[in-house]
Amino acid sequence: MFQRLSPLKPYLARYKGRYVAGFIALLITQIVGITIPLIIKAGIDGMRRHVSGSELLFFAGLILGAALIKAIFQFWMRWILIGISRDIEYDLRNDLFAHLMRLSQRYYNETRTGELMSKLTNDLSAVRNLVGPGIMYSATTLVTGVACLTLMFHLDWELTLIALIPMPLVSIAVKYFGQQIHERFEKIQAMYSDITERVRENLSGVRVVRAFCQEEAEMALFDRMNREYVEKNKRLIWITSFLWPALSMLFGLSFLLVLIFGGWHVLSGRITLGTFMALNVYLMYLIWPMIALGYVTNLVQRGLASQGRLWTIFAAQPDIDDREVPAHPVTELRGEIEFRNLTFSYNGVPVLRNINLHIPAGRSVAIVGATGSGKTTLVNLIPRLYDAPAGAVLIDGTPIRQIPLQVLRRNIGFVPQETFLFSDTIRENIKFGLSEASQSEVEQAAEVSNLLPEIVGFPKGFETLVGERGLTLSGGQKQRAAISRAVIRNPRILILDDALSSVDTGTEEKILSQLTRIMQGRTTLMISHRVSTVQNADEIIVLHEGEIVERGTHEELLAMGGFYTELYNRQLIEEELEKEA
Amino acid sequence: MPEAFHEEEILGKAYDSRLMRRLLHYLRPYRGVVALAFIAIFFYGILQAVPPYLLKLEVDRYLDPAGRRQMPHFLLRLLSPNPFTGILEIALLLLLPCVLLAFALEFGQSFAMQLVGQKVMYDLRNQIFAHLQRLQISYYDRNPVGRMVTRVTTDVDVLNDMFSSGVVAIFGDFFTLLSILVVMLKVNWKLALLTFSVLPFIVLTTMAFRKAVRESYRRIRIAIARINAYLQEHITGMATLQLFNREERSYEEFEEINRAHMKAYKDSILAYGLFYPTVEFLGILAVAIIIYRGGVMSLRGAVTLGTAMAFIQYSQRFFRPIQDLSDKYNILQAAMASSERIFKLLDTPVTITDPEKPRELPEVQGRVEFRHVNFAYQDHHLVTENVSLVIEPGETVAVVGHTGAGKTTLTNLLLRFYDVTDGRILLEGIDIRQLRLRDLRSNFGMVLQDPFLFSGTIASNIRMGTPWITDEQVRRAAQQVNILDFIESLPEGFDEPVKERGVTLSTGQKQLLSFARALAHDPRILILDEATSSVDPETEALIREALRSLLRDRTSLVIAHRLSTIQNANKIVVMHKGRVREVGTHRELIEKRGIYYKLYQLQYKDQELPAVRSET
Repeated sequence: MFQRLSPLKPYLARYKGRYVAGFIALLITQIVGITIPLIIKAGIDGMRRHVSGSELLFFAGLILGAALIKAIFQFWMRWILIGISRDIEYDLRNDLFAHLMRLSQRYYNETRTGELMSKLTNDLSAVRNLVGPGIMYSATTLVTGVACLTLMFHLDWELTLIALIPMPLVSIAVKYFGQQIHERFEKIQAMYSDITERVRENLSGVRVVRAFCQEEAEMALFDRMNREYVEKNKRLIWITSFLWPALSMLFGLSFLLVLIFGGWHVLSGRITLGTFMALNVYLMYLIWPMIALGYVTNLVQRGLASQGRLWTIFAAQPDIDDREVPAHPVTELRGEIEFRNLTFSYNGVPVLRNINLHIPAGRSVAIVGATGSGKTTLVNLIPRLYDAPAGAVLIDGTPIRQIPLQVLRRNIGFVPQETFLFSDTIRENIKFGLSEASQSEVEQAAEVSNLLPEIVGFPKGFETLVGERGLTLSGGQKQRAAISRAVIRNPRILILDDALSSVDTGTEEKILSQLTRIMQGRTTLMISHRVSTVQNADEIIVLHEGEIVERGTHEELLAMGGFYTELYNRQLIEEELEKEA
Repeated sequence: MPEAFHEEEILGKAYDSRLMRRLLHYLRPYRGVVALAFIAIFFYGILQAVPPYLLKLEVDRYLDPAGRRQMPHFLLRLLSPNPFTGILEIALLLLLPCVLLAFALEFGQSFAMQLVGQKVMYDLRNQIFAHLQRLQISYYDRNPVGRMVTRVTTDVDVLNDMFSSGVVAIFGDFFTLLSILVVMLKVNWKLALLTFSVLPFIVLTTMAFRKAVRESYRRIRIAIARINAYLQEHITGMATLQLFNREERSYEEFEEINRAHMKAYKDSILAYGLFYPTVEFLGILAVAIIIYRGGVMSLRGAVTLGTAMAFIQYSQRFFRPIQDLSDKYNILQAAMASSERIFKLLDTPVTITDPEKPRELPEVQGRVEFRHVNFAYQDHHLVTENVSLVIEPGETVAVVGHTGAGKTTLTNLLLRFYDVTDGRILLEGIDIRQLRLRDLRSNFGMVLQDPFLFSGTIASNIRMGTPWITDEQVRRAAQQVNILDFIESLPEGFDEPVKERGVTLSTGQKQLLSFARALAHDPRILILDEATSSVDPETEALIREALRSLLRDRTSLVIAHRLSTIQNANKIVVMHKGRVREVGTHRELIEKRGIYYKLYQLQYKDQELPAVRSET
């Protein structure tokens, strides 16, 4: 077991001193604790002998003194030992998050968010239980168990043996039923998420449900799941309502045995009444360790399993990092981009082939092409969301792997195809690109994307919350917020991946002219399906199945009569359409 | 992160008689079981006071005969004069039945109440779900799906705690405490009162502890919600985070939330750390009082050794009920908050319902009429204005118009997803508001713009829950919309599982499946909202052909995006800014050179290109 704990060692080691202090407190607590029944014994025996009131007062005082010492150290013990587990949990959670931020998109494509979340919550909590309560209860069980039993044997070994007969059953029951409870609970949880998913689906598909008069059928289906859920719960209830009363009964039987044999031993003069009382109290002291024995075993087992799952996150190596950065790397970028014989495959599927493209700093290049032609992949390679083969992508003549990631990305303003905004205010979402941005910078950025008039129109302006719990922005508004977020960084390279698809052409025109103004002297790469977006670019590239099939200026491409011309013709019609509305 | 984020985390008071009465109402069907559980818990409470008394009996009767004077006579007579036999009698005839009975009562009570809890949850979930099935679409527009899901699931589960471990257990703890107090007073009221002197301190400590823990639990809950929300969001948006060099900032933010979580827990550790030792100390204080005062009193013969020993045991039994009682506070508080939210949902009136005196619908030929229909969402401007429109039986009517022209609103009104603001919609000459919803809707088949698939199988997505559709009909529908070949190519054919909204299917396949669904239900009138998303030419050909068999011999209202659909329509209705502006055939409208002509130029004309090309 200790070997399996070894990944946790650095975390445990950090709190070595406090663990030692905690264990000392634990030792004192338990040792002082087990003297209390001995004092009670003396008190009872004293009463039997009719000792004086002052002697009784002395016993009472002694008990109180012991209780006070015990209480103080007990507090310390809990505070230190349970506290450490929260510290370790905190350290671990920070480290996990930091590690996750180093992992590349490849990892996130292969890992389901739900699974990751479950590791970060359930498994982390199980590991915490292991290093805190798990360790503390193991130790208290061990110390109390050994100390109590030693004293009890000393007082009356025969009676102790008899009284302990039902005790192993307690540990076994807790261990066995605890495991059963856990398993059945897991099944219930699984069913619970099925039900949740079903309800979600029903509610999301409300129009279909109503249009096809499926309410009754849906209710019947829900009722079936609901019933099954109850059935699964019944299997758990049975155990949970059985376990505690059964344990009480086992303890009751122990007391019953003490009542009989203790009484007989008192009668035969083997023990005094005080000892009889003390044994009763010790038996009570043993209740928790006996339960803990079974409980802790499960805790440890679950904790170790969870630790294994949690460490799969740490096991994932960051594949995009600064390992190829030389000792004195570049710190500034001009924005010249070159793709040199770039061929890129993802999971064995070729996505880009023989791309040769040179974009001098300050120029703008537009990329068009059908869905799946590799446009997004091409631009994703620039900020190294995925890694192109070494030397295939260069900025300012330097292979990008030799540019520190931080420098590389700091100089890029990226507007992805699917806008991701955070549940925060509009201001924070725009400032996401530049955390030290001033209000006027935020406003300017909002103006570039033509979002400012709308923001000002919101009751709370820039403080408006967006996202699930706040205001739901339209697709176009989101895209424009994402543009603001990118331009506020004042980047050397601006990448727009179909970033105006949900914006109407009038607004698009305004945004484009703003962008042209602020992107003077900067490099711009844009992907679009619209001719209106791309026509003013210095160069337009047509991608088809990962290859550049047409390239040139708007006029040159129009003259070619290929894919671009077809796109243009469609565009014309669409433009007229919009004017009609 | 802003506080509004966690509105659902805020808890109100622990007891609200109005809510409680309403909640208890749900126990009514199970009142017999609940009553039995009450009786069980009552006797269980009494039994809790017995074992220490038996210890006293043993000690006073046999072990320290000085105490015998104070024994009730019937007990003295009952027990054997032989101490060895007598002790055995106490243990086996008195204590053993007690232990076994307590087990049976506690087990029975706990099982029964948890079962009742489950049944109540079952009832509640069904009730909420059923109510959601009846609530109008406008409610769905206003409330995020996630929130409604929470009502059915999480909120109900919180209530479960109250029913299964709250209500009855409160009385259990109360009975236990009461019977211990009564027995102690009965045995020796003076020493009992002295022992009770620690009780107020226990109560006070417990209350102070509760308050501290409640506060830190509130913070813990918020912190956990924030951590989870933060992680979920930042894992989903990891690319954005990395692109914008936010690693350090995000780490700082996360560290802060994480620290708040840790701090909140440390506070609760502190509270527990102080609480347990204090209560234990108070318990031992009681023991000290019993030894000192009891000892002094025993010198005068006022207290027997058995009494002192029993009292020491009793004093250790005070605490659990008191602690448990205060535990129930949290459960109640959470239950009140959840039930308030649940009842709010259940109290939301259903505004679109069957009429009180529904009219019977004659055999539907398919005549639909919109008569001067106005519609506005709550206090918004009119979405449709004075729309009049007739669809004759067997006709295919195509509605065209620019985005936001009000086309979809027409279909929503026709199915009574919303009710008209002014004007009337007539089916076979009857105002649709005079019909039962089921009678109305079962005559329509609907194909939504975004095909919505449910998890299940291919077959269950075509048939849905409609019992009269046979396997053969499912198959024929699939065949008619050209998806049979695809389905049969799947490993499990019609039984192939469909997962999460059909992620494994292509857009075109999903569209065809939703056609099959509509067709299998063989509606009199078809409402079709054509999808705009483009599909590959092969699928497009399949879809066109499928559309033809879908529309054949059927009254249809089509929100059209395909030129072929429009050209095949009997009548084209042009909507513009909420009004019907032009009606006619394709040829008539083209010749008119009005809005349709422009729309055609913009939206449909280019669709002729591939057709022309393939012909040449």
